[in-house]
Amino acid sequence: MLRLKPDRLDTADFTEQSISIAGKAFVADMSGALYWPSEDALIVADLHLEKGSAFAARGQMLPPYDTRETLAKLAAAIDRYDAATVIALGDSLHDVAASDRMDAQSRETLRIMQSDREWIWVTGNHDPTIPHALGGHTLGELTVEGITLRHEPKPGRVTHEISGHMHPAARIYLNGYSIRRPCFVGNGLRLVVPAFGTYTGGLNILDEAFEPLFSTDGMSVWLLGQEGLYPIATRILKED
Amino acid sequence: MPESFARWFKSRGWTPRAHQLALLAAGSARQSTLLVAPTGAGKTLSGFLPSLVGLSDKKRALKGAGLHTLYVSPLKALTVDIARNLVAPIGEMGLGIRTETRTGDTSASRRQRQRTRPPHILLTTPEQIALLLAHPDAAYLFADLDTVILDELHALAGSKRGDLLALDLARLRALSPDLMTIGLSATVARPSELRAYLAAQRAPDTETALSGLVVASGGAHPIIEILEIDEPVPWSGHSARYAMLRILESISAHKLTLVFVNTRMQAELVFQELWRINDANLPIGLHHGSLDATQRRKVEAAMAAGKLRAVVATSTLDLGIDWGDVDLVVNVGAPKGSSRLLQRIGRSNHRLDEASKALLVPANRFEVLECRAAQQAALAGEQDAVHARTGSLDVLAQHVLGMACQAPFRPDELFAEMRSAAPYSMLTRDHFDRIVGFVTDGGYALRAYDKFAKLVTMPDGRMRLAHPRFAQQYRLNAGTIVEAPMLKVRLAGRRPTAQAKAGVSKSATKPLVGGRVLGEVDEYFAAQLRPGDAFVFAGEVVRLEGIRDTEVLVSRATASDPVIPSYAGGRFPMSTHLAERVRTMLADRSAWSGLPRPVAEWLDLQDQRSLIPAANEVLVETFPHGQRYHLVCYPFEGRLAHQTLGMLMTRRLDRLGARPLGFVASDYGLSLWCAADLGSMIARGTIMLDRLFEEDMLGDDLDAWLAQSSLMKRTFRHVSVIAGLIERRHPGREKSGRQVTMSTDLVYDVLRKHDPTHILLEAAWNDAATGLLDIARLGDFLRRIRGRIRHRALDVVSPLSVPILLEMGVEPVAGAGREAVLREAAEALIREAAGTV
Repeated sequence: MLRLKPDRLDTADFTEQSISIAGKAFVADMSGALYWPSEDALIVADLHLEKGSAFAARGQMLPPYDTRETLAKLAAAIDRYDAATVIALGDSLHDVAASDRMDAQSRETLRIMQSDREWIWVTGNHDPTIPHALGGHTLGELTVEGITLRHEPKPGRVTHEISGHMHPAARIYLNGYSIRRPCFVGNGLRLVVPAFGTYTGGLNILDEAFEPLFSTDGMSVWLLGQEGLYPIATRILKED
Repeated sequence: MPESFARWFKSRGWTPRAHQLALLAAGSARQSTLLVAPTGAGKTLSGFLPSLVGLSDKKRALKGAGLHTLYVSPLKALTVDIARNLVAPIGEMGLGIRTETRTGDTSASRRQRQRTRPPHILLTTPEQIALLLAHPDAAYLFADLDTVILDELHALAGSKRGDLLALDLARLRALSPDLMTIGLSATVARPSELRAYLAAQRAPDTETALSGLVVASGGAHPIIEILEIDEPVPWSGHSARYAMLRILESISAHKLTLVFVNTRMQAELVFQELWRINDANLPIGLHHGSLDATQRRKVEAAMAAGKLRAVVATSTLDLGIDWGDVDLVVNVGAPKGSSRLLQRIGRSNHRLDEASKALLVPANRFEVLECRAAQQAALAGEQDAVHARTGSLDVLAQHVLGMACQAPFRPDELFAEMRSAAPYSMLTRDHFDRIVGFVTDGGYALRAYDKFAKLVTMPDGRMRLAHPRFAQQYRLNAGTIVEAPMLKVRLAGRRPTAQAKAGVSKSATKPLVGGRVLGEVDEYFAAQLRPGDAFVFAGEVVRLEGIRDTEVLVSRATASDPVIPSYAGGRFPMSTHLAERVRTMLADRSAWSGLPRPVAEWLDLQDQRSLIPAANEVLVETFPHGQRYHLVCYPFEGRLAHQTLGMLMTRRLDRLGARPLGFVASDYGLSLWCAADLGSMIARGTIMLDRLFEEDMLGDDLDAWLAQSSLMKRTFRHVSVIAGLIERRHPGREKSGRQVTMSTDLVYDVLRKHDPTHILLEAAWNDAATGLLDIARLGDFLRRIRGRIRHRALDVVSPLSVPILLEMGVEPVAGAGREAVLREAAEALIREAAGTV
């Protein structure tokens, strides 16, 4: 049996969601970006630029459009919030040679996005260094208003932290549907944002890799749909 | 026949059969030949006769150390079985012929040795031939190849494996120009398709080249009965629970019974039901593709040793090997095609001159009609046709890389060679060039990967592999069988920990302790279960404990009503031929008297309340039911075509303002339901049925729907794995099914957006159209019924529609509507938070 249409069609309520981290207000966007209104900053993680060409170099010719796709999505998010600062939370480049493989058009897109705003590259395990040619400032991590932004979340019950690295995804099962999507996952004190890159897969947040970060009962989850960002009750989460 | 052979036949008390002599004659005339023979006709030995005679020639024996004959079978187990059967004649005639098998199980050192010192006869699978050919020494290995024997050809041709094998045959012919092919096949309706497969095709505008044909005379007619009991036949469902007692009685009245079902889950259910009433403890086994291999081997051995009275099996036992003295075949559920039924029936009394015996058990009312049609077709000896197939493009890509692994190639020559393979005889140069482009650097409109190209053009115009590591990559990823992502099912228990014993910890924290592997389930099925759910697997009731990595952990359970996960009838749609018979039978009232009483009464009632369409018409009924307005039609074209029809009609009804809400498709018909009153829309002329069923729905509507369907993504995944876009395995690392699924979906979206005319998208579309969508059949249907639609507007549900309506809710849910589910989940949470629940 197939239900073709929801009873209501308004989607406006779900394009973004307010999230509070350690008492500060944030806005999670359905694209996977996180906006910080009081700092006018947009945070994105795990862009993995040039992942396609990294595979091609090994003989697996994935379509070479991932970098422009990721940058176009990022440009749209920046436009939506017109943020004064962009913070890329690490693994922005898929590997250290990625910038050499990036084509002129993508470099130009990046340059245009960087003009008139501050751009911070936080380093990650895939991109321990960022070539100067890509502009912006490079930092290992940074702390703003008492909240630390870093690539890899610190294990343990750490608070006041926003991180990426984990590529969180959730699977839910409801009314016969099984759906698996990237997600934001947090507990009010720390937050892990989803991977923003086009070719990035996801790791189920019920995987044991998340155990050191959150206790399951205090977890809040926002699932990225195609038309919105949906808060989901943790009890309907499923393992893969 | 040489003297030594005649003596050997005589010593066995055998007389050479006409078809065996005919094959020998064809062999000495070097004429490639198709042998069509029913099961039990000594088909395989016949196929080997020309080679054995050729190898027994003393001059040849002096000359030849090289590989003389290749035997190819779709089943690994069959090669081993045949090798055993060849030992006797070769030994007893003192022929001194070396015979060896080569499969995925053959040790690396033996495989290595087979290249340098090949046997006279090598028995192997299509995949192994592709691997042997993708090696620089192939030219040496196959230089003296004399004969290729293709067993169970009807099962190979018409699939992607068959496409690859056809291309490999073309290359073998190039390496050994005098090569002879011998195809062995069960009876098929149109042998010409298989004869073309065996022959080298010439230029595309000339007549199709065909091999010779030898047809062995048929055996005794099978005895086919349809189970009839006083209990009313169920309206719907596929379990045939009502008939279990009778099946058990039949088992106890025979030596060894094969109980065939259509799906693995049906096998589990029937097995479970039989054992529930098996008070006499008859030894009954279970055999299906999800079971662990060692467990299957055990069941096979027990059958061969005569230790079992019955085996419940899926198509895993359809082909090939003899495992004991089967004297009854029971087919539970609809047979779906007459050839399939005959093949299954052939498993009993595996001797030509004795009649096979079969019992058909319909699981519901429509299946009674289908069983009846299959019975008549089988008695008339009618077969379903094997359809000529256009070779798939993904297989072509894999083969291009394989050939580059063998030696540098000239594109012109490779193109000509590929077109000599029947499935690719119509291949265009444009497609060929785009496939070579794809293999080289992905073939994208954006030329970004020149520097990473796998193939480079040499100064003399030949193309070669850019680096030997690509050959290694090819070997790890060759083959055309892409399994659905599978999860191992492991028996596990929670053993109490020290803390638990001390009452410190909660039970949920007890560690799971892994035990024996029971088999595999596909991921889709596992995703439907929640921890604590009981289900039937490997003949036991088990409870899901959890899923860890790629394993489903279960414990033994005793639930009285285990979940049988949603499985939807047979996987194979009803054949065109059977469908036609069913339509004819339905329209012919004089045939109803032969039907079981409840079924005949059901049809009578339909005749009174609505109508029975003529065989060349289609009936469309509209009626209100529940809060909805239904439209039910009965094309009898199989569930795949009906599903496609349902999707496309839904789009049209939506545009017409009928507000469609859902649909359900079975093998026999389709039911759609809408929020608007369809009956009055048709009466007012807002909906015109002729327009609704017009063939042009296969144009834009189809494209628009397909682009976003999950079915297309699944097809694309298969295509990209076979074509080599996505690796199954990379040297040094394994990719699990789950990871493959993830990445191909992402790739599909990107490709569709940025490179919509890419060759792999075309390949996926072609596959979907011929496979899961059954477009050709739907098109035939829409043309057939033009001007022949009979509409009845009813006040209530019609008798004929009941079985179809009852399928609602049994169906697994397909791709659409996910966003609505997410919204629902979110709103539920919001209500909860707001305290309004």
